[in-house]
Amino acid sequence: MTLDLDTRPDIILTGRAVVPGIAEGEALVTHQTISGWGGVNAMTGTIIESRHELKGQSFAGKILVFPGAKGSSGWSAVFHTARLAGKAPLAMIFNVMTTKAALGAVVMRVPSITDLDRDPLELIETGDRVQVDADNGQVRIWKRRV
Amino acid sequence: MVMLTREEQAMLDGEQGAATQKAMELLVRYADALGAERFVETNNVAGVPGSSTLWLKNYYKEDGGDYRAVFSRFDLDSDEVVDVPRMNAYSCHLQGGMDPELWVEQGMTPEAHANFVYDEGETAMHGIQILKTCTPYIAGNLPVMGEHCAWMESSAVVFCNSVIGGRTNTEGRESTSAAMLTKRIPDWGFHRDDYRFGRHEVDVRVPVEDIFDWGMLGYFVGEKVQDEIPVIHGSVTNPSLIRHKHFGAAAASSGGVEMYHMVGITPEAPSIERAFGANRPVQTFVYDAAERRRIYEVLNSVGQSTDVDYVMLGCPHYSIEQIAHAARLIEGRKVHENCALWIFTSRAVKATAEANGYTRTLRDAGALLMTDTCSAISQAVPKGTRVVAVDSAKQVHYLPAMMGIEGWYGTTEECIDAACTGKWRGRLQ
Repeated sequence: MTLDLDTRPDIILTGRAVVPGIAEGEALVTHQTISGWGGVNAMTGTIIESRHELKGQSFAGKILVFPGAKGSSGWSAVFHTARLAGKAPLAMIFNVMTTKAALGAVVMRVPSITDLDRDPLELIETGDRVQVDADNGQVRIWKRRV
Repeated sequence: MVMLTREEQAMLDGEQGAATQKAMELLVRYADALGAERFVETNNVAGVPGSSTLWLKNYYKEDGGDYRAVFSRFDLDSDEVVDVPRMNAYSCHLQGGMDPELWVEQGMTPEAHANFVYDEGETAMHGIQILKTCTPYIAGNLPVMGEHCAWMESSAVVFCNSVIGGRTNTEGRESTSAAMLTKRIPDWGFHRDDYRFGRHEVDVRVPVEDIFDWGMLGYFVGEKVQDEIPVIHGSVTNPSLIRHKHFGAAAASSGGVEMYHMVGITPEAPSIERAFGANRPVQTFVYDAAERRRIYEVLNSVGQSTDVDYVMLGCPHYSIEQIAHAARLIEGRKVHENCALWIFTSRAVKATAEANGYTRTLRDAGALLMTDTCSAISQAVPKGTRVVAVDSAKQVHYLPAMMGIEGWYGTTEECIDAACTGKWRGRLQ
């Protein structure tokens, strides 16, 4: 899927940069918080937590949209290792700021954004085309056409 | 953008050496990510600096594949490898990957053990205290009220904030390693007064007395408040170190509780009003006999077979009081031939256990007292384990899921009984 730059995004959200940079790709959305240590296989970028709605799916190469981080203080080290293994997401969009999510985003070195003016979990669905422009504090969304 | 003092700017400019410069660069990125406006000084840092698996060392093979490479590239997230000096802050190493003596029993390879010995030598040479425990506060690092800390380990963080009144966020490996060099951490979250007030109310209407019940209440609280701050009042009685230890570890596992208030018990909650400060309680949760039963059933939902082949105690690491209790319970008995009993603690506490003869009592009964790690951290269980029994709500939350085994939660007495009979006979009294 390539982005037609002439096409105006369906939705634009404004927020605060967590990690600067610009990335675009396909969204992977969850309404459940994500655990790092014990919740993610860093070698594959796959969610492994029992009963998680994304269990078995990998965030590698996706725009990860999630409420926030939970669980062990090993969160950043697990996401950091996913970056080394080449399985990091392209960018992250999340709602609740925590030290886990902030440090994880920093060491993963992917454009990340939070404090959006509308709830990204309500507006972005898995499969939508999303551009995270943390340099300008914007998220641009092209809804998936079925 | 985070504001820097003159000294912090000097660190960023490299005046205190390349490693401190890289550490400050990372902390500035982190502070900006949080939206912190300044740093706070800390001289109490607990993390897992520089220790790494062979996978990580091999990943940095071209950078030398050693402690220096891992500390530079991974801990400081630096693109260059720098010389890593002795740490500047009072720093300690939390739990590690294996027991320094019983690693063969834990199923570790000689290669992994050699790597462990190498890392530990480097840790000591860098001035980092080898506490090797998830309970630094009973192994030589006890903060005081109001002390700014930078700690990892969720069960230690919640103990530090709630029971002691120390101040720390749940830091990560990279931020703690950087703080060991710079003595700085972002002034955000639990370092700030207004962040520490309660948000939800928990009304306890059933007696909560021993670690078994404190653990279940903690699990309930975490499930209800998630990562918000609860204010707990009612029939919680007889507070003690080990009860707080089990409560906090459970609340940090089922939810993500980093601080709790218990009215009349914890230092920042002399009254309900003081615990909530300017906040008004958003929700009230009632813990009664029915909720107690429900939590017991949730914790035991991964147990089917009553044939127990492994009993694991020491999550969080056992205190000397708990080791003495376990030794008394098992004295004159034997661990069943179809079962194993491993008890985990810190090296500091084990030294006392040896002086008191508890290690020997346990060994005579067929149990092992291990240090540094636990079955979840090291993913080490006795070979062929299918069913584990524990007295920790945190451990029954993690271990069965991680290892694909069944698990039972009960009292310490029930766990020792299971170890000696090979049968689970726990039930809710």
